[in-house]
Amino acid sequence: MRIVIIDDSGLRATVLEEGLREAGYDDIHIVPPRGAFVARLERMAPDVVLMDLGSPSRDTLEEMLTVSRALARPIAMFVDQSDDAMIGAAIDAGVSAYVVDGLRKERVKPVLELAVRRFNAFARMQSELDEARTALADRKIIDRAKSILMNQRNLSEQDAYALLRSSAMNQGKKIVDVAQALITASDLLGGGI
Amino acid sequence: MSELLRIAFLPLTDVAVLAVAREQGFAEEEGITLDLVRTTSWATLRDRLVYGQVQGAQMLAPLAVAVTLGLSQQPAALAAPYKLNVNGNMLVMAPDFAKALEPDIARRLVDPLGTAHDFAAAIGLWRRKPVIGVVHRFSSHAIMLRYWLASAGIDPDRDIVLRVLPPSLTVEAMRAGEIDGFIAGEPWGSAAIEAGLAETVAIGERIWQRGVEKVLAFRQDWLEANPETVDRLLRSLARAAAWCDDPAHHEALADLLSDPRYVDQPAELIRSALSGRIGARLGEAPVANPDFILFAREATAFPWRSQALWIYSQLVRWGMVAHDAETAARAAAVFRPDIFRRALADSGLPMPGGSMKLEGAVSAPMPVGAHRGDLTLGPDRFFDGRIFDPERIEDFLRDFAPQR
Repeated sequence: MRIVIIDDSGLRATVLEEGLREAGYDDIHIVPPRGAFVARLERMAPDVVLMDLGSPSRDTLEEMLTVSRALARPIAMFVDQSDDAMIGAAIDAGVSAYVVDGLRKERVKPVLELAVRRFNAFARMQSELDEARTALADRKIIDRAKSILMNQRNLSEQDAYALLRSSAMNQGKKIVDVAQALITASDLLGGGI
Repeated sequence: MSELLRIAFLPLTDVAVLAVAREQGFAEEEGITLDLVRTTSWATLRDRLVYGQVQGAQMLAPLAVAVTLGLSQQPAALAAPYKLNVNGNMLVMAPDFAKALEPDIARRLVDPLGTAHDFAAAIGLWRRKPVIGVVHRFSSHAIMLRYWLASAGIDPDRDIVLRVLPPSLTVEAMRAGEIDGFIAGEPWGSAAIEAGLAETVAIGERIWQRGVEKVLAFRQDWLEANPETVDRLLRSLARAAAWCDDPAHHEALADLLSDPRYVDQPAELIRSALSGRIGARLGEAPVANPDFILFAREATAFPWRSQALWIYSQLVRWGMVAHDAETAARAAAVFRPDIFRRALADSGLPMPGGSMKLEGAVSAPMPVGAHRGDLTLGPDRFFDGRIFDPERIEDFLRDFAPQR
């Protein structure tokens, strides 16, 4: 079974490809949806095409599937329209799957399930990465605010942090927002570090 | 307690009525919290609607007909009780290609028939079959482009290449030389002009003066099961549409739509479509087209069944579906004037008396029979002067032979 993954994100495509290979599929190709990707896809004659639901190139792909004379068999979305739960899970995960006509659903279903799991895992990874990036950026801001307080008011690091925290609590704000306000004010007053 | 409704849209000026219903509080006043779901392809918008991830969608009118007739992936009976706008499309081509056309753009636009013939000549001079971007096979844009080109003897399936791509990728595709022009909703044509990559060749309003554009589509079973919610939503949309049509609000509307949650393009570009001052080519004064896009006046939102049938006639014409009486009836039933009437009966809006009309027969503003109030229909002529009688589809189609 030849599986083509159309994806802009190299990382997500790799995550998906790895999973499929571990599950024993070995005829896998990754095509980024740029330029003449439709012609490339046509030449590959895939049995299953997996694509990110959020990709703006889905309309281009579907048009090709509609008009292509090169594809021997028609190819349509998902495989078993009666399996609402599966389709719902796929859409939630952001996977769209196009499958050639006549391919048995027992053969396609594990591919789709795996794609859903891997898409979900990738989304989790992405949000963890985003969180880690935000946490790092927040810590830098708080550190800068602390050193302003330490310099201007002769506080220890611990006391500077305690002061930031208690003002944040009093104002019902996040510490990072109070820290940012302090930095801005300090910059405006020309006392920035 | 307010009811949550999820509605999918694509980043286009056509989202105005939905965005305003949400941002100006018209929806909340009717007890509806609108969750507008930004989507980047028509395929995904369709899937979200068909598989129930959203309750409604801002849909290309022909796509709603096509999904119902089973022409676009999973078939599903859709129902469109409300038109979100009329007009708003523009065909732009690379300046090199447009050299073969009338150089004065204002004159080019008022004479679509002459321009179509010039276009036919330009095809032969161009270095390849012109590749023209359309947003979807089942879009008003594609249907109108086909209609216009065919009037000059151009076979859109043979003489040019129609390439489907989403509006948001059109400008990049122009820059890369992958397409020679495209037809799309605003502000994408203006964005290509602003980048010096294209100039205006035709606008939708001059091809069909009141062209059906986006509709609000639901799954038919959901619509039938939630009459009260649908009515409240339609009432809030009618008020939002009136707000959008008011020139005093165009400034604020352009600012609102430029927000990254909606269109995410500069407000000046969006404003030009709203005010009907259409960019012609880079560095030139815009051309005035007061009817470039309509939201409320002339009962714009009323879903005439004859318009669903006109769309159907064009799908038949281009061999996308075979004509028979039963299929025509299913296509006509996608538009739901009955729901529109039910929801807006007490709104004070002028309400058309009928559900079908001749399309293309009004050449000057015309007062018509309405259940209440005064209703004046704007001119709705096709540029070639054809008139579509929904009772006589076969005659209309025969007139286009022998193209197919």
